[in-house]
Formats: sequence, structure tokens, C-alpha cells
Amino acid sequence: MSNTQPLLQVRNLRVEFPTRRGVLTALDDVSFDIHPGEVLGVVGESGAGKSMTGAAIIGLLEPPGRIAGGTITLGGRRIDNLPYKEMRTIRGRQIGAIFQDPLTTLNPLYTVGRQLVETMTTHLPLTPAEARKKAIEWLELVGIPAASQRIDSYPHEFSGGMRQRVVIALALCAEPKLIVADEPTTALDVSIQAQVIALLKRLAREKGTAMMLVTHDMGVIAETADRVAVMYAGRIAEIGGVRDVVKNPSHPYTIGLMGSIPPITHRMERLLQIEGAMPRLSAIPKGCAYNPRCPRVFDRCRVERPDLIPAGATRAACWLYDRADKEAAHEVAQTGYGEVRHA
Amino acid sequence: MFAFILSRVLQALPVMLAVALIAFAMFAYVGDPVAIMLGQDYTQAQRDALVQSLGLDQPFFVQFGKFVLNAVQGEFGLSYRLSRPVIELIAERAPATLELALTAALLALLVGVPMGVYTGLYRNSWLSRFFLTFSLIGVSLPTFLIGILLILTFSVWLGWLPSFGRGDTVALGWWNTGFLTVSGLKALILPSITLGLFQLTLIMRLVRAEMLEVLRTDYIKFARARGLTNRAVHFGHALKNTLVPVITITGLQLGAIIAFAIVTETVFQWPGMGLLFIQSVGAADIPVMAAYLILIAALFVAINLIVDLLYYAVDPRLRISGGKGGH
Amino acid sequence: MQAVRNFFDSDIWWSFTRNPVTVISAIVAFICVAGAVLAPWIAPHDPFDLASLQLMDAFKPPVWEAEGDPNYLLGTDDQGRDVLSAIMYGARVSLLVGFCAVVLSVTIGVAAGLTAGYLGGTVDAVLMRIADIKLTFPTILIALLIDGITRAALPRDVHDQVALYVVIFAIGISNWPSFARTVRGSTMVERNKEYVQAARVIGLGRWRIMRSHVLPNVLGPVLVIATLQLGFAILAEATLSFLGVGVPPTQPSLGTLIRIGNDFLFSGEWWITIFPGVALIVLVLSVNLLGDWLRDALNPKLR
Repeated sequence: MSNTQPLLQVRNLRVEFPTRRGVLTALDDVSFDIHPGEVLGVVGESGAGKSMTGAAIIGLLEPPGRIAGGTITLGGRRIDNLPYKEMRTIRGRQIGAIFQDPLTTLNPLYTVGRQLVETMTTHLPLTPAEARKKAIEWLELVGIPAASQRIDSYPHEFSGGMRQRVVIALALCAEPKLIVADEPTTALDVSIQAQVIALLKRLAREKGTAMMLVTHDMGVIAETADRVAVMYAGRIAEIGGVRDVVKNPSHPYTIGLMGSIPPITHRMERLLQIEGAMPRLSAIPKGCAYNPRCPRVFDRCRVERPDLIPAGATRAACWLYDRADKEAAHEVAQTGYGEVRHA
Repeated sequence: MFAFILSRVLQALPVMLAVALIAFAMFAYVGDPVAIMLGQDYTQAQRDALVQSLGLDQPFFVQFGKFVLNAVQGEFGLSYRLSRPVIELIAERAPATLELALTAALLALLVGVPMGVYTGLYRNSWLSRFFLTFSLIGVSLPTFLIGILLILTFSVWLGWLPSFGRGDTVALGWWNTGFLTVSGLKALILPSITLGLFQLTLIMRLVRAEMLEVLRTDYIKFARARGLTNRAVHFGHALKNTLVPVITITGLQLGAIIAFAIVTETVFQWPGMGLLFIQSVGAADIPVMAAYLILIAALFVAINLIVDLLYYAVDPRLRISGGKGGH
Repeated sequence: MQAVRNFFDSDIWWSFTRNPVTVISAIVAFICVAGAVLAPWIAPHDPFDLASLQLMDAFKPPVWEAEGDPNYLLGTDDQGRDVLSAIMYGARVSLLVGFCAVVLSVTIGVAAGLTAGYLGGTVDAVLMRIADIKLTFPTILIALLIDGITRAALPRDVHDQVALYVVIFAIGISNWPSFARTVRGSTMVERNKEYVQAARVIGLGRWRIMRSHVLPNVLGPVLVIATLQLGFAILAEATLSFLGVGVPPTQPSLGTLIRIGNDFLFSGEWWITIFPGVALIVLVLSVNLLGDWLRDALNPKLR
């Protein structure tokens, strides 16, 4: 997948929120690529900046948030600095979006058919009649039974899972090359989550659509994503292939994150737990943002901020993997995790 | 649909009965209607005769029943002050008030809604700030003072517009309209601005607040994420969702317009029901007050019914009865 | 007390100092209130002292006009009363009525809202139905009716004596539903929170729970509505007095002064009605600006 030109390139993205107590940096130096047809999972605790990254890509940051630095390039074209009107023709047409709560993402006053038709006629050269025919096809494709009748139903006449299927149809109906799915299953019943994820995965593969899948559910990531980015306090802590990140994480934060998920394969006496909480944006510590919670912290972590560097099969923002510190890190590694495990 | 209307009408009945009861209680127990009708000198025999002919010696509920029956037929007795049938007095003056209220309401809606949409969409533009300041002044200015200031400016100083009365009217059957003559229309300008200004600012502020609320919702964000044009997002999706609360308040405000017509009519000596009512309050003319109260209540009930029907048209969620899930 | 502390602990003070319009309106409102309350001591003349009135001084224009008299800054009315002093005394009556009416509305509204929200069921349905009906009828209309009824029921001299209380009652009784609705909404939310349930589990009585747990949480919105309603109450009183059915002529409010002055509008003595009018606008506008700001400051969503 790495030979082709990336579809989406995010470089050194920085998002700021001016507040009365100073400017908060919500995203800092975020860089990653998404290749055509690839699914990038983005994980992290709430407030880590996952959703914000998605919002920045589709150009819908909540004011007063703004992109303060870096670039976003889609198919070779820079899109982070486009005027609102031009960005509008990209949204829906080239980048589709799926939001968290299907109960609130559909306009309650219009039928699902009308919302589908208006999306398609906005972006594609279709007559309303053609668009309606396609709308029925889309509803069938996302698994709405009796689509030709249900097209004239209002959102409140569908269940939550069905509504999310409609939302998926709406996000895909103008055939975008990239989907930004922000916690698409979090608000759904557990029994329905798997179905919706399977649908999303199948459609993305069939249509060759790339996807940025934002979630805090590692299970969903492991099952769906090709690559994973782990975010912490507005930065990417680790990024790499899904197997490597899940099975063989490098960054101590990712290790902690993976350790907090109960494995199915064998019994474990005790789940790992990361001490403390993620810092607030207004109080991000100097050096590595994770240093106060990190079991393998050493002096350099408290002073210098690490960038993503190769670490095993992945890339991690951690000084443990910097050549100069390999030795120091090795010593810490001998003792580091034992303590946490018994904490 | 029919069942919906019927249930709303049935719900309104207790309200109307309660209002009728208050009106009747006023009629029967406040002051001494017999003494007022007989004047200064009367004998006990005359008094008894009148009491009997008015049915005042009968049990409470019989009297109340008769009162309601009469009221339904538009029979409210004689005005103490003018000694003429109340219903005649009101019918004479109703067209003036309704024409004034209608003009004021249209003014408030046609100007207030666009201003509210504009200030909601572009809330930091200087025009929005101007509108908002203007609206706060509008809310803080009492109706009568607006009237006085308009009269001072346009009648006393500039001499452009009349300061009182309806101008020439044309009779269409029993309805005297001022819409068809130049002087009638000129006379309508200042009173309708006076009456409509407060409602205008209120509607504007309401639409703005609702717009801001709706623009923050997920479905608007999603509509933007689907790449819809601003026009479709703002007018197709946002404005329509603000309509339900706007319809409610506008309905309530129509009632307020009728009530504030009392003030406007006083300032401009506009020969409507409000002026009649205020003169009746001053003279403790209970029959007119009671009739006015009942008529206004009936009008409010009618307005509420229309408001409910409009909801029904705007919001599909209200249309399902025993529907397929959801709320 | 905790509620008061929380109130000032929030962003309110910061928002206040950063908002010049609000600071100015607070100062103006303070001057208005001070001028009204202190009228008997600081007003240049006593408009109720018949002995000092001189018909010779009637219809004097404001001091900057050609025939102005420096004794009477804003001119005099048909009786030779100093307009400025009359305004100060009038504002006193207006503020008194407005304030008492709002206190009455708050009392009834909070009590009804707490009861309806906490007890729920039939009590709730009945109380809210009454509030609905009440909201349908405009304040002015209800106040006019109450005034008309008392006028018909009481002899004239008795009515004049109680007129002030009738107006306060009429305005206060018309405005309670907006408080009741807000309080009921918050009460229903609070009632289901864990701490209230916990309080119930440890056996605290209903009223005690409401007073010490629910009430402090609804004080913010009530304060906002009360401020906005104060403006409306003052306007309602002025309107009633303008219509001649409000406070008795022996205690003229700003509305009464405007009504009296209105008769002289066409003969050119505009100052008799315009100055009380301006005073009324300034008073209500500053109160409304404060209320508006308070609402935005307490509701961060709207910022």
C-alpha cells in the first residue's frame, strides 16, 4: 500500500483555540497519511484530539477553533486553506463524514429520501428522479428492508441502528474517496455495533473508499483498520500497522492502553491500569506529555518533546527509541513495568 | 386529522367554561347590577320585579347556564354606560381592532423573521449588532411611549400623518374597512407601527436565539459535512427547524397584540374594541368587560387551535399516532 | 450561601468587567434607583407640597430654552410642579410597584414550580395547566380586569387607598408562570440526581430536600428572569397608569406623569411628557441590559 501516492496527507497539523486564559493548543504537530482504500484507525482517550483531527480534515472545526499551522493535502491538492465555498464542494463529494449519534445527525423534519436526494443532486449531475432511484439503491445497499417504501419515512420512524445505516448511505452516496467516521458505533446498542462496523467495512472495500475511523474501541480497530494512530494530549504517540500496534506496541502509553483490554485468549489475574489522567489542554507538561504517568520516564522526557521515530515495526514519539538513549532506556526497562503491574 | 382537531376543541372547552364562569361571577357578584340599572330612586317592588325578570333569584347554576346559553348566542345584555346591547357595541368596533392587529402582526412577522435569521447567521456583523441594540430598545420602550414619540415626530413636528382616528372608511356589509381609502391607510401607519414594534423585536430576538440553537445541532453540522450549499443549510434545514417555537410564540403574541391594542387605541383614539374596553373599565361597565373577556378568550382558543394545526403541518414527529417506534 | 459563593465564583465577574455596556447600564441603573429612593432628601422641590406650588411658574420650559428658569432644570407642568422632582418621586413609585410585583411573582412561581416539579402527577398537571392558561392571557389584560373588578366592587375612596396594592397584585399575579416553568424544569432534573435520591434515602423530608438541595440550583435562572421581569413589571405599571387605571393620581408614577403630560403634547409643552418618558426608557433599558447580560453570562452556550 505504500507504493501508491497517498490520498490524504496531513503534515504538522496544529489546531488552536483562543480562550480568555490564553491560546490552547488542541492538536500539535500531527502528521499521517491515508492511502487509497486504506482504513486508518485513530484511538485515544476522550479529549486526546481524535475527533478534532477529523473535524479539521473536513474543514468543520467548531469556532473559535482554527488551523494554526501545517497542511492537509487531498489527492495532491491542499485543502486546509480553501475558502468555505470551495471546501463545500469537497465535503460530501470527496470526503464523506459519519457522526457519532444517529439520533441527532438526521434532520427530523425531512424524509430520509429527501436528504439523500438533496445530497446527490448537490454533487452529482443527476435529475431528482434519477437521484431518487439511486437513493433507493443506496438504502438497499446499507440494508434497509423495503427500501422503496421506507425512502419516504422520517428519521424518527427508524431505530437507532437503522438510522446509522441511513447516515452511512448519506455519507457515501456522492461517492467520496475518503470517509471520516467519528465514533460511528459508540451511541449504538452493543448488539448492533458489530453489524454497522461490518457494513462500513464491506462498503468501503467494495467502493474502494479510504476511511479514517475514529474510536476508543480497540476491538473495532483490531477488526477493521489497516493501520492505527494512537493519540495522546493532541499529538500522535504511536502509528503503525494494526498488528504491530496491537500485538507489539512500543510507546509506553500504547502498552498501557493495550494492557487495559482483557485478552480473550488467556486468563489474566489483573488488568493493567494507567495511573492518573490525561492532562488538560491548559496544563500539558513540559517535554513528553505522557511523562507524569509514564512508568519508564527518565530525565530527557521531562525536558524535551519527542517526535515520531522508528521504534520496532512502528513509529513512536518516545525517547526510549532514540539511539542515544537506548542504553539508559534499557536500564529503566528492567525495572519499569514490574512496579506498575503490582500497583 | 379530524380527531386531532376534535381533541383540541374538547381540551379548549374547560378553559372557555372557566373564563365564562369568571365573567359570570363578575356579572353577578361584583357591584350591584340591579342598583346600577335602576338608578337613584326605586321602590322595593321595582327592585324585586327587576331581580325576577333578570332571573337573579334563581339558583347559581341555573343562572350560569342561562348566561352561557345567552353568551353562545351573542347575548350579553345592555351596557351600563351606554345603555345599548353589548354585542352591537362590540360588532361596531371589532373591524377597527382586527384590521389594526392584522397589519401590526404582518409587519412584525415580515420584518422580524428576516431580521432574526440575519442576526442569527451573521451574529458578529455590525448590522447584526445594530439590529440587536435596536431590538433591546424596542423591548424597553413601552407601547404608549412609542405612540407618543411617533405622534410628536410625524404629526406635531412634521405634520405628515394623522395622530388620531381611522380616517375615511368604506362599508362592506357590516364591516367598515379602512384599507380602501388613502386617508384610512395613512391613519393606519402610526398605530400599526406602534403596536407591531414590540412584537417585531420580540420575534426577531426569538428567531435569532432559535437559529443559534439550531445551528449548533448535529444535523446542521452533518448537512454541512454533506457539502450542501449554505442556502440549503440555512433556509432548508435551519430555518424550518426554528419554526415550531416561532409559531408558538407568534401565536401567543397575537393574543398580546390584541391586548396591547387597548393601549395603542387609547393613544391614537382608534375606535376599536380596546378603546371600548378601557372606557368600560374606567366606568365599571361590567357587561362590556364580561363580553370582551369571553370574546378574547374565544379568540385565543382559536389562535391556539391554528397554532396546533401549523405544528402538525411543520413537524412530522407529531403526525404519527401509535406509530412505528421513536418517541 | 453556597449558591451565592458559586455565583460569584463563576465567570460572571470577569464577563461583567469586560463588558462596557453592562458596566454603564449598571451605573445608570444605580443612579436611577438612588435618585428614586433618595428623592425626599435630594429632589430640588417637593411636588406634593401644595403650598410651594405657584401657578405663575406653570409651563416653564427646560432651562436651556429661551424662557427657562434655572430653578426648574427640566421645566414645570401645568400646576407649576418641577418636572425633575416629579420624575424622581414618580420613579420611586414605579420602582416600588415593579419590585414588589416581581417579589410576588417569584414567591408564587418558585413555590408552584417546586411543588409541581417535585410532586409531579396530578398536582403537576393541574398547576402547569393553570400556568399555561395564564401565559395565554397577556399581563396587561389580566391586570386591567383585576383593576376593573376591584373598581366595581369597592367604593371610590377605598379603591384609591388600595389602588397601589391592587396594581402590585395584578402585575405580580400575571407573571408567575414564567418562574414556575423554569423552576419546575430544573426541579425535575435535580429530583432525579443521585444526591437528592441519597438525601431521600437518609430520610430527609421533602420540603427540607427542596429547600436545601433543589432551591440553590434554580436560583441562577430565577435571578435572570427576575431581572428581565423587573423591566416588564415597570413597563406594565407605567402602561396601566398611562391608561388611567394604575396607581392613584395622588401618588403619580412615571406612567401617570406621561399621561398627564400627553394632554399638552399638541400645545407645544413637550417636556412635560417627554422627560418622564425618557426617564422611564433609561430606567427600563438599563435594567433590561443588565438582565440580558446576566442571561448570557449564566448561559455559556449562548456566547
